[in-house]
Amino acid sequence: MKGDIVLEAKDLTRHYHIDRGTFRSPAVLKALDGATFTLAKGRTLAVVGESGCGKSTLARLVTMIEKPTSGMLSISGIDVRTADRATLMNLHKTVQIVFQDPYGSLNPRQKIGHALEEPLLVNTPMGKKERRDAAMNIINLVGLRPEYYDRYPHMFSGGQRQRIAVARALMLNPNIVVLDEPVSALDVSIRAQILNLIARLQEQFELAYLFISHDLSVVKHIADEVMVMYLGKPVESGSRDTLFAKPHHPYTRALLSATPVADPFRVKERIVLHGELPSPIAPPSGCTFHPRCPSMTDICREKAPETREIDGCRVACYHPKIYP
Amino acid sequence: MGCVTPSIQNSNVPKRAMPLLEIDNLSVTFQTAGGLFTAVDRVSLHIEPGEIVSIVGESGSGKSVAMLALMGLLPWTAGVTADVLRFDSQDLTTITKPQLRKIIGSQMAMIFQEPMTSLNPCFTVGFQLTETLKIHLGMNRAEQKRRAIELLELVGIPEPEKRLSAYPHQLSGGMNQRVMIAIAISCNPRLLIADEPTTALDVTIQAQILDLLLKLQKEKGMSLVLITHDMGVVAETAERVFVQYAGQQVEQQSVKGLFVSPHHPYTQALLNSLPERSHSRILPSIAGIVPGQFDKPRGCLFSPRCHYVTDLCREKPPIAGPVEFGYALCHYPLAEGVPTNYPEEVRA
Repeated sequence: MKGDIVLEAKDLTRHYHIDRGTFRSPAVLKALDGATFTLAKGRTLAVVGESGCGKSTLARLVTMIEKPTSGMLSISGIDVRTADRATLMNLHKTVQIVFQDPYGSLNPRQKIGHALEEPLLVNTPMGKKERRDAAMNIINLVGLRPEYYDRYPHMFSGGQRQRIAVARALMLNPNIVVLDEPVSALDVSIRAQILNLIARLQEQFELAYLFISHDLSVVKHIADEVMVMYLGKPVESGSRDTLFAKPHHPYTRALLSATPVADPFRVKERIVLHGELPSPIAPPSGCTFHPRCPSMTDICREKAPETREIDGCRVACYHPKIYP
Repeated sequence: MGCVTPSIQNSNVPKRAMPLLEIDNLSVTFQTAGGLFTAVDRVSLHIEPGEIVSIVGESGSGKSVAMLALMGLLPWTAGVTADVLRFDSQDLTTITKPQLRKIIGSQMAMIFQEPMTSLNPCFTVGFQLTETLKIHLGMNRAEQKRRAIELLELVGIPEPEKRLSAYPHQLSGGMNQRVMIAIAISCNPRLLIADEPTTALDVTIQAQILDLLLKLQKEKGMSLVLITHDMGVVAETAERVFVQYAGQQVEQQSVKGLFVSPHHPYTQALLNSLPERSHSRILPSIAGIVPGQFDKPRGCLFSPRCHYVTDLCREKPPIAGPVEFGYALCHYPLAEGVPTNYPEEVRA
C-alpha cells in the first residue's frame, strides 16, 4: 500500500578510519553522523547538501554496498545489521541505484540488452527467452526503441543513457530506488524528460525514491520530504512544502538563497556564506556549521544542538528562524 | 548542411556607436571524417563597454566554440570565418599574431569551466599568476609579487602570501576558480569571458563566485560575457541574453523580456521545461534531442522538436526576425506566447 514504511533509519552513522602514515595516528572521518529518517512506499525523500556532506555515503549504506558503523537501518522491516546472508541477498534485489554519470555507469563493451539482462542472469532462474522479453518490456517502458537492444552505450546520448540506467535499475522490480544526482549531468531540455520518466515510473510501480541532489529547484519539483545535510549530519528535515516555505536552519536558508531561480523579477534575501566546507576529518566543535553561520553565538561553538521539532520540521539549531 | 551561405541573416542589426566587441556572422567549421561540421553558424554579437551579456544554450550549441574562436584558442583544424570581428575598433581578422597576443590575456581574458584542469598542476599558483604580469605588463619580480598578493586579496583568498606558493591540488575547487579569476583580471581587461565559471562548483560557492564576478565587473567597468546553460544564473546576473541552439543564434533579448515573453519557440519550450516554472508534476519537456552532424534537418534546425512546426519550417531555413521579435530565427516568431503569421489551416 502507498504510505507503508519501506525504509527506516535511526542514528545511522558511517565512520572511516584514515591511515595518515607511520608517525601519525589514524584519523576518523565521520562521513555520516547520525541520520534519522523514514521512507514510505510511493514517496520521494530528497537528500540535499553540498559535496562532502555525506549524501553519497548515505546512498552506499541504503543500497547495502557498505555496512553502517552504528545505528539502525531497516529495509522492508528487516534490520540490515542483524540479517543473515540469505535474507540480505534477497534484500539486495529490492534496493537499486541510478548513478549520476550515465557515461561512466554503463560498460562500453556491453550491449544494452546484455546490460539489462545481467541482473536477471545473476539473481533469477529465468531462461534466455524470458530475460530477453523482460528486457524488451523495460526498454519499451522507459521510452526507448526495441532496436536499441543490440547497440552499444557509445551510440546513445546522455539522456538516452540515463534512461537505460533507469531501466536497468528496474529490472528486478525493486521497492526502493536510490537516485544519486540522476539529472545533474544532463541538459535542461533532456532533464525534464528524465524527471517526467522518473515521476511516471513512481506512479506506475509505487516506487520509493531516495533522491540525492544538490539542485534545489529539482528537489522542490520532485520531492515529498526533504532532508538537508551538512558535514554528515542532517540539519533540517521535513515536508517539502514547509521546508521551502519556512526554512528554519540558517544553512537551509543560505542554500535556498544561493540557488539561482529563473525569475529576473524576484527580489530575494541574499545570504552569502563565507568560507568553505571544513574538512570532515577535523570538523568544527559544537555545531559544525558555526564557522560559516551568520547567527552564531558562544553556545554554538561549545555544544552540538539537539534536534527539535518546529512547524513539523526537525531542526538542529540553537537559533532557528521562527515564523509567526 | 553547407556552411558557406550568403550572409543575409542579421543584416538588420543596427549599428550603434562604438561597441567594445563586434562580431558579425561568425562561423566555425571543423573538417571531420564524416564531412564538414558547422559548430557555429553565423553568430553575431555586439557588446557595449560595461555590459553583462549572457550566452545560453545546451551542450553542442556552439556557445563555447564561438568564444574560443574569438580568443584564437581553437586548433588549426578549425575554419573560422567572420564578416566583422572587431575588438575596441581593432580588426581581429587582419591583425598580426604578435599584436593579437598583446590583446588576448590582457585586454580580453577568459575564465574556463573546470578550474582544476585549467590550472597547470606542475606550477605554483603564484608562478601562474605572475607569468601574466611579467609578459603583459613587464613588471619586475618585486612588483609582480606585490600585485599578485593584491589580486588574490581582491578575489577573496585568505592569507594570500602563503597561497602564492601553493599548488592547485592543495586548494579547493572554489579557491582554484578564484585564482583563475585573479589571473584573468590581472591586466585589468576590458572584456572578460566566463565560460561556465560555476558549473563544477557547489551552490554556496557558486553564489560567492558570481557575486565576486559582478563586484569586479562593477568596480572595473569591464564587459562580462557569461556563457552558461543555467537559466537561473542568467536570470540573476545578465542584462542581455543570446540564446543559441545547434550552433545558431536563435534569439537575443533583454533578460526581463526573455523570461516574460520569449520570441523563439525553443526559448519558450526551454523555459517551460524548468522545474521551478512548472506547476504540474509532469513537466512540459522538449521531445527528442539536439540534431548532430548527420541528422541536421533541411529547414529550421529546431523543426523536429518544435511545437508549432509546419511544412514551411521543414523545408526552408528561417531568417532572423526584426528587433521587436528579438531577431528570432523563426518563421513564426512568438508574440505574447502565440506565433505570428501562423497559417490558419494549421492553427485549426
